[in-house]
Amino acid sequence: MRRTPPLGRSGRARDEPVLELRGIVKAFGAHMVLHGIDLAVDEHRVVALIGASGSGKSTLLRCAGLLETVDDGQVLLDGEDVSDPRVDADRVRRRLGVVFQAYNLFPHLSVLDNVLLAPTVVHGRSKAEAREEAHALLSRVGLAGKAGEYPDRLSGGQQQRVAIVRALAVHPRVLLLDEITSALDPELVGEVLAVVREVAAQGMTILMATHEMDFARSVADTVAFLDGGVLLESGPPAQLFGDPEHPRTRQFLSRVTGAGRS
Amino acid sequence: MAVRRRRRPRPQLTAGTTGAHWAPSELELSRRAWRDRRTRRSTLVAVLSTLLFAVAAYLAVTSAPGWPRVRATFFSWPVAVDSFPEILRGLWLNLQVLVVGGVLVLVVGLLVASVRTLRGPALAPLRIVATAYVDLFRGMPLIIVLYLVGFGFPALGLEGMPTSPFVLGTTAIVLVYSAYVAEVFRAGIESVHPSQRSAARSLGLTHRQTMRLVVLPQALRTVTPALLNDFVALQKDVGLISVLGAIDAVRSAQIIVGQTFNFTPYIVAGLLFVLLAVPSARLADAVSARARRRQQSGSLL
Repeated sequence: MRRTPPLGRSGRARDEPVLELRGIVKAFGAHMVLHGIDLAVDEHRVVALIGASGSGKSTLLRCAGLLETVDDGQVLLDGEDVSDPRVDADRVRRRLGVVFQAYNLFPHLSVLDNVLLAPTVVHGRSKAEAREEAHALLSRVGLAGKAGEYPDRLSGGQQQRVAIVRALAVHPRVLLLDEITSALDPELVGEVLAVVREVAAQGMTILMATHEMDFARSVADTVAFLDGGVLLESGPPAQLFGDPEHPRTRQFLSRVTGAGRS
Repeated sequence: MAVRRRRRPRPQLTAGTTGAHWAPSELELSRRAWRDRRTRRSTLVAVLSTLLFAVAAYLAVTSAPGWPRVRATFFSWPVAVDSFPEILRGLWLNLQVLVVGGVLVLVVGLLVASVRTLRGPALAPLRIVATAYVDLFRGMPLIIVLYLVGFGFPALGLEGMPTSPFVLGTTAIVLVYSAYVAEVFRAGIESVHPSQRSAARSLGLTHRQTMRLVVLPQALRTVTPALLNDFVALQKDVGLISVLGAIDAVRSAQIIVGQTFNFTPYIVAGLLFVLLAVPSARLADAVSARARRRQQSGSLL
């Protein structure tokens, strides 16, 4: 699925990817989670990470979001090595949007204040301007009437849509989505995926970990299969789902699609 | 208090809720009758045993050979009435110590807790000082700290060292209570789930902004019941400044006792402290109950 990048958005035509991971290694104690991952996400493109639980998808996203320090390799954002310890990570994270599996909304803040926190505190935007944009974003995801509610009054699907809006409100260069539908009841998955589909269609650059194979197939430009901390293969969804090269990929796909159809 | 208000939920299905009239079955009616009988029986048993115990205690105390003397020296109504205004004036000083001390304890406790959660090797000395402070003052009996501060500081003879028992007593109390409250705050800070920090940092908030805007507000909500409990303890411990010679409620009572050789003023002062503590204790209960309800309703996070 190709999308035409909307005109005038971010302007610069670049050859380099927005986000590039080079040889990412990450270990927790003696446990190696990532064994040198190379992955690039081009502007206005959607890359989906698939793989079993524990394959390292979330850790890779946390490394890309500078929420973990890498043990080797580089994270490049717009060509800049942001994994360099001399780089101020706080300033880099401002240019990223992360959505978590468990939503992680701030329970002591209203929906609106959750969305406003970063634009006003971190980006120093005026409250009035940020509020106007927050309301616009909230109504885009169908939550116009929920701005004053507290997160614990919302369903999981609503909370996750707020979390997406919160991430979008900082105008991120790239959106990192970490299995954002895994904690949801099945009937709420659709409403969240619809929002992601729309955000992708408008040209957002996205790297996401997902268990939703049909979604990855229809929205992603590239699908990458992680297995035991190794990126075994990646390619357009038609190729990876239709004719996977690696036997492990075939095995994984037959297992997840088999489970989905039984 | 809140418990009494919460009655056993009864299904009240009428036309308004389901659209159909619903009458409880014979089985349900017999169960309810049994439950009501059981409730009545246990209430009766509770009332009877309480009465029995009260009468026994009253008889035991009043039949004691020394009771007339104890009543005259501890529970003399005329002495109570005479000493009351003086003791009440003293209690005003306790209240001042309570308010000033309470505010300072919150500030110092929060400061110490924040220092203990700081990271970075350059800040290690600060962390060590904060930890040592907490260990020292949590272990030291308040009365000893009062003596050390109240008599030790002025003895140094330093220029500008305050000598008022009010200032010195408040200082000692703040030193001890801040150590406790710092630990309460620290527990609250650590109870905020790490995913909240992740979320805040992912938005670009700095460590300090995350602490101030995301972690502390949630921590405060968690620890409010515990803080109120410490406040109740503080309310009676402000009476200890009397050992430094401050004319507070306890000291006023002591002076009258010295003049009359009657201990009733102590009872008066004690009851005044109890009266002071009851509203705070009820407030603490109510706040805990509210926190519990909130936690149960918002269990997703």
